Amino acid sequence: MLHIYCPHCGEYREEDEFHYKGQAHIARPLDPEACSDQEWGEYLYFRDNPRGDHREVWFHATGCRKFFNVVRNTLTYEIRESYLIGTQPKGDAPLGAADS
Amino acid sequence: MSQPNRLNSGGRIDRDRPISFKWRGKTLTGFEGDTLASALLANGVSTVARSFKYSRPRGIVAAGAEEPNAIMQLGATQATQIPNVRATQQALYEGLVAAPTSGWPSLRFDLMGLVGKIAGSAMPPGFYYKTFMYPKTFWMTYEKFIRRAAGFGRAPKKPDPDQYDKVNQHCDVLVVGGGPAGLMAAFTAASSGARVILADEQEEMGGQLLSSHETIDGQIGANWVKAVLERLASMNDVILLPRATVNGYHDHNFLTIHERLTDHINVQSGSVRQRLHRVRAKWVILATGAHERPLVFGNNDLPGCMLCSAVSTYINRYAVVPGQRLVVMTSNDSGYQAAIDWHQAGREVVAVVDTREGVQGDLVNAARARGITIFQGSGIIDVKGRRHVQSVEIAKIDAERHRVVGGSQQLLCDTVASSGGWSPVVHLSCHTGRRPEWSQDALGFVPAPTKEPMVAAGAVTGCTSTADAMKQGRDAALKIVEALSLMSADVAIPETESREQSPGMAVFHIPHTKPTSRAPKQFVDFQNDVTAAAIEISCSEGFESIEHVKRYTALGFGTDQGKLGNINGLAIAAAAQQKSIPEVGTTMFRPNYTPVSFGAMAGRDCGALFDPIRYTAMHAWHARQGAMFEDVGQWKRPWYFPKGRESMADAVNRECVATRESVGILDASTLGKIDIQGPGAREFLGRVYTNAWAKLAPGRCRYGLMCGEDGMVFDDGVTSCLGEQHFLMTTTTGGAARVLEWLEFYHQTEWPDLELYMTSVTDQWATMTISGPNSRQLLAKITDIDLSADSFRYMDWKPGVVAGVPARIFRISFTGELSFEVNVQANYGLHVWEALFEAGAEFNLTPYGTETMHVLRAEKGFIIAGQDTDGSITPYDLGMDWAVSPNKPFSFIGKRGMARADCVRADRKQWVGIKTKDPSIVLPEGAQGVFDPNAPIPMPMVGHITSSYWSANLGRSIAQGFVKGGLSKLGEAVYYPLADGSVVEAEICSPVFIDPEGERQHV
Repeated sequence: MLHIYCPHCGEYREEDEFHYKGQAHIARPLDPEACSDQEWGEYLYFRDNPRGDHREVWFHATGCRKFFNVVRNTLTYEIRESYLIGTQPKGDAPLGAADS
Repeated sequence: MSQPNRLNSGGRIDRDRPISFKWRGKTLTGFEGDTLASALLANGVSTVARSFKYSRPRGIVAAGAEEPNAIMQLGATQATQIPNVRATQQALYEGLVAAPTSGWPSLRFDLMGLVGKIAGSAMPPGFYYKTFMYPKTFWMTYEKFIRRAAGFGRAPKKPDPDQYDKVNQHCDVLVVGGGPAGLMAAFTAASSGARVILADEQEEMGGQLLSSHETIDGQIGANWVKAVLERLASMNDVILLPRATVNGYHDHNFLTIHERLTDHINVQSGSVRQRLHRVRAKWVILATGAHERPLVFGNNDLPGCMLCSAVSTYINRYAVVPGQRLVVMTSNDSGYQAAIDWHQAGREVVAVVDTREGVQGDLVNAARARGITIFQGSGIIDVKGRRHVQSVEIAKIDAERHRVVGGSQQLLCDTVASSGGWSPVVHLSCHTGRRPEWSQDALGFVPAPTKEPMVAAGAVTGCTSTADAMKQGRDAALKIVEALSLMSADVAIPETESREQSPGMAVFHIPHTKPTSRAPKQFVDFQNDVTAAAIEISCSEGFESIEHVKRYTALGFGTDQGKLGNINGLAIAAAAQQKSIPEVGTTMFRPNYTPVSFGAMAGRDCGALFDPIRYTAMHAWHARQGAMFEDVGQWKRPWYFPKGRESMADAVNRECVATRESVGILDASTLGKIDIQGPGAREFLGRVYTNAWAKLAPGRCRYGLMCGEDGMVFDDGVTSCLGEQHFLMTTTTGGAARVLEWLEFYHQTEWPDLELYMTSVTDQWATMTISGPNSRQLLAKITDIDLSADSFRYMDWKPGVVAGVPARIFRISFTGELSFEVNVQANYGLHVWEALFEAGAEFNLTPYGTETMHVLRAEKGFIIAGQDTDGSITPYDLGMDWAVSPNKPFSFIGKRGMARADCVRADRKQWVGIKTKDPSIVLPEGAQGVFDPNAPIPMPMVGHITSSYWSANLGRSIAQGFVKGGLSKLGEAVYYPLADGSVVEAEICSPVFIDPEGERQHV
């Protein structure tokens, strides 16, 4: 069971309190109608599946009910850092293609 | 004395407290302090199991968690049956009832034994894959037989009367294992002020110090153990957990400990039997020790073949000598200890057979000094005996080249102890995902460096002396104390006996004069009956990866996870492929370390506490009326209200008719309610709903559909405008939490610039829906609000007083009838509900439940999100174009998705009404429709039924469902071939069966 730092609460809390919300930094296209079906499909369905660092969104569901991002290693489950929505991680995590 | 193998003195047992217990129906006696295994050995019990595949007799091999054979079924009653208990880990108590788990129909006469004898050599690895695969249909027959023949116990047939607990723990250091390393570590850490938990799986802490005569500070080891434990127990921040197995090492230093509270005593059922500690540790010290490895040789599974360390443990700790004449085979010095202990106990040591030449360690010389015969450069190549060891055949061997190099001779004996070295207990370190690393010094796998805050100490690192183990334990603790910035205490290492050791030899598999495939069976994994020959065959059949060898032979797949056999198996696979052991690598160990009761995992989360139950404010009233309840999410909702012995169908028909003819009432409190406020609220609603919200005036309500970005409907409900910047959203009962999280996600991550606040108010309001032509008259009796059609229009809401309490009334309808939804503070719910019934007697006010609600809405053609939708349905598929406003300025969620090419196909499955030709037939929900019932099978299926009911109001069946292109096929026929072979003909129609013009609700 992961031990997750919630940057809003400023505390480590048990995984039980959180919901996983998938890959982070996937912005909703500002003009959806301008997207081709393929572009919309990629926004909807295509996600990275890295072996290593992964940026993902978590929700402090039974805590402060705030969303935030973490960088988690999918191999070791190590969490490198937690950071606020709308910001970039401080660490030197290599950026994946979809992270830009 | 009735215990032929019990010594008159010594051991950590209490001879003044005899204990009687039952083994296979026979009453035997042991002593306080015994394990079930030591008591069985004391009584001369030899065979305790029949083996898995060949059904060979098996005896007790080990003295701890690594025992592969002595797997017991415990329990005196059906309710208290406990399967799969290792006799070596079960403390003896008065009245214990034990039976073997294997052997059918009995241990002595075993039917599978005949199969084993007949089929014996005809059961190669992969036997089951190869034999029972064809013909496929026979597997069901084979499986029953195999399962019965193989099982390791059976589940209780009655509910478990015991209770189980869970407790969350936090500590600075969790020390796993209470041997010399663990005790030193715990003592050092605790003395330095750390919060310590020390967990040990045995009945008593002390580890191997309890099984040997080794002295510490000039006293026997057990005295030192006692003193340290007393010191630890007196400290404030120390939790000592004996009989507590650390079974899992999970992410981020989260460990699970199963503590056995009453398994060692005879107690009345109903007490707390086991406790699961869920520990988040800042640091972990793994002092899990090592398991001795047996050597692999011919017929090494005969009862009487044991581990050297187990022999020493039974003698020193339990005062049990499991036989009269012992032969030891060893590849290292520690094996000599068994011979010395046996000799000390006054019984005959026939010989020590050492695979090495020219050995000179202290223990070797001690054995020599006792006059014990030692054969060097030799091995036991075969064991003879029918049900128990009778003799061994030994020969000179060349272990390096794996061959016998001299003539053989017989030695008469009844016990064979073997030692092939020590395998560090790396299981927990593997749980974190790290593969262990091979240590050539230790001749075993040791924990790999890890990123977790964890330190290993003692025999688990491969160290073999008590002094080293203690030093490692202390140093591990000091390292952690420093990392935690605590003041490190000055703890001295006690004085221990120093011993010269000659190096051990890397030998695992003793050669025979015949090639392995023709030699007597040489067992590697006792629990799964895997032989050296089987591993060689699997390698020759092309299974090179050790993971494949494991799966093909079942090596290490038992409930013991191959604690004894794995390393020997790897070594044999490596030799067969001419590779080194590190090249072959190792398989992994997973949680749990030892089998765990389901009860311990469930804890108190069972029965009424399995899941939270939510009750509405009017629940007590419903229960008093004899309502039948339905679980919706966590809510208990009235399903229907039977009168007397009324059937469900009769009750629902009555409720439906009463509502449409006069007035009915539904407890709708469970609908999700979200209060939304703020200057951005209105814009936000426009983005998350498919229809328009810009112009909804205060006092008005509107129905809305929510879609995902894919354009598929996922929830619906009515949202009311309470003020210019204030709305009350309702959701489906089951979708409330999901909808709120989804709204928060969009607000926080996509549109944080919109200022609004969302709060769940589901529990704060009690909601009662009054529906039917007399609802206005009824409500008027107890409210001051003007309910007239002109001032209180359809889809209006008004605040006011109902039955003397503040209320909000919404004129919305899910039945198609004139309908008012009364919301009051939940605390007033029951009061208002009862006031309505008092006032409603003259109108035959009828309570109805979810089933009638479903029928009434289906008569009116309203969807239920989640029943009529399944995540692949757009609003257009539902014929609900009116609920979509594509011209809104903001591209609302779902708009782009429902415009995808596939979503605008004309022949999509569309939601329509289905009228059976025979009005008495109610189609089953889920029935698949076809256009041509005579088409060859498989027929092209054109959509399924989602809602289907008997409508008492219409006197016929009604249904809705999907039909390909259905909206343009109204009036056409569709057929439903059913499972019973019949075909139901039906007509595609509008989904609205009652009052399509909406006249009944606009009155």
